[in-house]
Amino acid sequence: MKNPVNVTVNGRETSHDVEPRLLLVHYLRDVLGLTGTNVGCDTSQCGSCTVIVDRQAVKSCTILAVQADGSEVTTIEGLAKNGALHPIQQAFWDHHGLQCGFCTPGMIMTATEILKKNPKATEHDVRHGLEGNICRCTGYENIVKAIVAAGAVKEAKGDKKKKGA
Amino acid sequence: MRYVGQSIKRVEDPRFIQGKGGYVANLHIPGMVYLAVKRSPYGHAKIKKIDAKKANALPGVVAVFTGQDLVDGGCGALPCGWNVPDLKTPKRYALTIDKARHVGDGVAVVAAESPYIASDALDLIEVTYEPLTSTIDARGATEKGAPLVHDEIAGNTSYFWALGDKDGCEKAFASAHKVVELELVNQRLIPNAMEPRACVAQWNAPTGEMTLWTTSQNPQPIRLLLSAFTLGIPENRLRVISPDVGGGFGSKIFHYPEEIITPWVARALNRPAKWVATRSEASVTDSQGRDHVTVAKLALDRNGVFTGLHVQTWANMGAYLSTFAPLIPTALYVTLFAGLYRMKGVWGEVWGTLSNTVPVDAYRGAGRPEASYMLETLIDLAARELAVDPVELRRKNFIRKNEFPYQTPVAMTYDSGDYDALFAKATSLADYGKMRKDQDKARKEGRLVGIGVSGCIEASGPAPSAVAGSLGSAVGLWESGVLRVHPTGKVTALTGSHAHGQGHETTFAQVVADELGIDMKDVEVVHGDTGRVPFGMGTYGSRSAAVGGSALVRSAQKIRAKLIKIAAHQLEAAEADMVYDQATGKVYVKGSPDKAKGFGELAFAAYTAHNLPAGMEPGLEESAWYDPANFTFPNSAHIAQVEIDPETGEVKLQRYIAVDDVGKVINPLIVEGQIMGGIAQGVGQALWEQGVYDESGQLLTGSLMEYALPRAESFPKFELSRIETPSPHNPLGVKGAGEMGTIAATVTVTNAVMDALAPLGIRHLAMPLTPERIWKAMTEVGKEKKPGSDIQYFGEK
Repeated sequence: MKNPVNVTVNGRETSHDVEPRLLLVHYLRDVLGLTGTNVGCDTSQCGSCTVIVDRQAVKSCTILAVQADGSEVTTIEGLAKNGALHPIQQAFWDHHGLQCGFCTPGMIMTATEILKKNPKATEHDVRHGLEGNICRCTGYENIVKAIVAAGAVKEAKGDKKKKGA
Repeated sequence: MRYVGQSIKRVEDPRFIQGKGGYVANLHIPGMVYLAVKRSPYGHAKIKKIDAKKANALPGVVAVFTGQDLVDGGCGALPCGWNVPDLKTPKRYALTIDKARHVGDGVAVVAAESPYIASDALDLIEVTYEPLTSTIDARGATEKGAPLVHDEIAGNTSYFWALGDKDGCEKAFASAHKVVELELVNQRLIPNAMEPRACVAQWNAPTGEMTLWTTSQNPQPIRLLLSAFTLGIPENRLRVISPDVGGGFGSKIFHYPEEIITPWVARALNRPAKWVATRSEASVTDSQGRDHVTVAKLALDRNGVFTGLHVQTWANMGAYLSTFAPLIPTALYVTLFAGLYRMKGVWGEVWGTLSNTVPVDAYRGAGRPEASYMLETLIDLAARELAVDPVELRRKNFIRKNEFPYQTPVAMTYDSGDYDALFAKATSLADYGKMRKDQDKARKEGRLVGIGVSGCIEASGPAPSAVAGSLGSAVGLWESGVLRVHPTGKVTALTGSHAHGQGHETTFAQVVADELGIDMKDVEVVHGDTGRVPFGMGTYGSRSAAVGGSALVRSAQKIRAKLIKIAAHQLEAAEADMVYDQATGKVYVKGSPDKAKGFGELAFAAYTAHNLPAGMEPGLEESAWYDPANFTFPNSAHIAQVEIDPETGEVKLQRYIAVDDVGKVINPLIVEGQIMGGIAQGVGQALWEQGVYDESGQLLTGSLMEYALPRAESFPKFELSRIETPSPHNPLGVKGAGEMGTIAATVTVTNAVMDALAPLGIRHLAMPLTPERIWKAMTEVGKEKKPGSDIQYFGEK
């Protein structure tokens, strides 16, 4: 038995018939070929598979593809616009916020949520906001640094826009 | 040097931050089958029968194979690559045949049209087991009556190894003024690199060529083992590729059963095959770390000078010998017993024992964290019991700056160091004197504040090959480096090292660009593909810069020599009069820089071969095989401050100060990243991580629900600094940087916790120092001893 799923992923409408038990992360990786979203565990601890579903950060191993029917999903592949890195991607690069890169897409997607809720997130806020994401390489410090810095960049840009208007 | 020493942003990052990392699990080959391995739920059980009828009947299942099928199909046993004297190596096959020896031991493999069907089919394979009694503990496995993991290995003892001066040691203890003794447990760890292991194999039947993609830190040795021992496909028909690998920390060094099973099935079915571990599967199949039981004692004379060290260790090897397992508790452990000190009278004995647990092998630090934990714990205990400051006690015993190279009593010759300067910097950065004063104040307020100190040594870049061979290595420990200069002057650097987070594509490009005087952007670093890179040994033991980087330097020297010859010929000058300007890549006659030949120009000339010196071969490609003269010896002074919640026993890590000497630094940004990541893993062992087996061999910490990995909130901001004493024996002056943090952090934090608890009369607690363990200890010692102690600490002078 297969069920239809219609999801807008990174601005592109997709439509497939899938097994009801198919996890969203496997839909993204195996059906759509968006392999930037990684699977690091099987108990929703590590956060490597974090994507944005309808403006909320979600571990895509915890929901079924059919539950995302009608949703808008953004994955790591959808962050850079017109060849320009998203400020958080840029900050991860600038501050050496990654080593092996495996947890990175999940970290970056979680960071978008942290900064959406609080663009002025402090080091303490960011560390708390990352409680659902595990990194084994970096000791977290440069990830935290990158997210705090990206928040400052976004704030500055926001101010500019406001002034411009 | 334009690039070396600079914090250059990593060139590999753009692909990772945009979701374009090339991990094995991302590979999809049309027509592939998906594999899942049926694993033993028992720690120890005879396999009576495997019935795959129901699984085979499931639509979408292609085939089920057992261990016997693999052996009948030509698979050989997995060898052990490190042979200590009188080693007893149990037979280990990709899928076990007669009995299961640990939870997770593979007994059958299913190939199916989708991963979900493969997973369904596992439940339909019926295995009849006869459960047996298990043995779990490193020392308990050797006791009389313990069940035998392998019938042919008596006492479950795979080897005994000893090193040092037994008589000198005995004399030291006979005449000691003070002896401190402890029984220490260095608990089982599960490495948990974030990327679970994976394999993809593609067989080309008409040509007889196999390609295997695997999550390995060293694809070339894996190809060698597959070819010579386990799979039997000749090396020139077998290509092994380790593309982007999501962390290793040692756990991806070893030859794993799935690296045999996946290509074997691909060939048997004539279809591409893919296997990807789940995290829970990784917990029971990735080689694990540590697991020592140790009885150790340190002798001191009247002046606090270390005069003897006696250590007995039972090292748990698990159910089989993983590829380098016997190396870790022998030549990477006992040889570090001298630490940073003029240690004498050292004697170490090690029993490598087998048990019904997942095999144990190198995990970040590998033997050296166990050595530093043992030694630095004893030293802190001695300081407490002698009522002297732990920094002062260490200082008294340091090897001095002018004593290098320093021959220790346990076979190592330290290359360089300045431990006094190291500690001066660490205590100054920490403001150690003030820390102690603040601690006194806190203690008077009844708070449990502790300061931990450690001074650690590492032997990294294991070498030279002849010495490694004499210690048991079945392979050489050199590294290859090829520089292929293309006709346009662009360079491909091929290295036998492998990066899985370390950033070699950046640091090696920095090195090569400086050596040749070209733009870093013109250097591409290639690694991890036996189809492109010559034989090499891969990455572990913090060897890449010291050994792999040095190989590239040697190749660059050869390139420069050839370009000098071509320029001399074309400028009609003597070779001896030529200058190779490494800032610009230009070659000219001394005194005439205006008539220089550029790097690109000379490279093109090498390929046109229109005007080369007589007898010179065209082309511009050089290779080097660098066999290091010695290990390098990174060293560290780390200081931690903790406060313990007296109500809950929870440890809060408040400060962490790390001053390291990793020799010359190619890229400070990357080195600091390595140190911080290493510290985080070391702290993880001190406070939270533990692989726990019950007495039947069941792993109770088999997923990230139970195995506690540190999170972002677990740490304060790290306070880092370094000193540089260049290694004198490699051309870059570098030492290993990848493991120092882990080697030092565990004992630094445990020392801090024990310092906090000392006023309560708690002498020692085993790791991990969880709230439960601390709370129980605090409750047991009772409340009769009030905080505030009679221990005197001497602050900074």
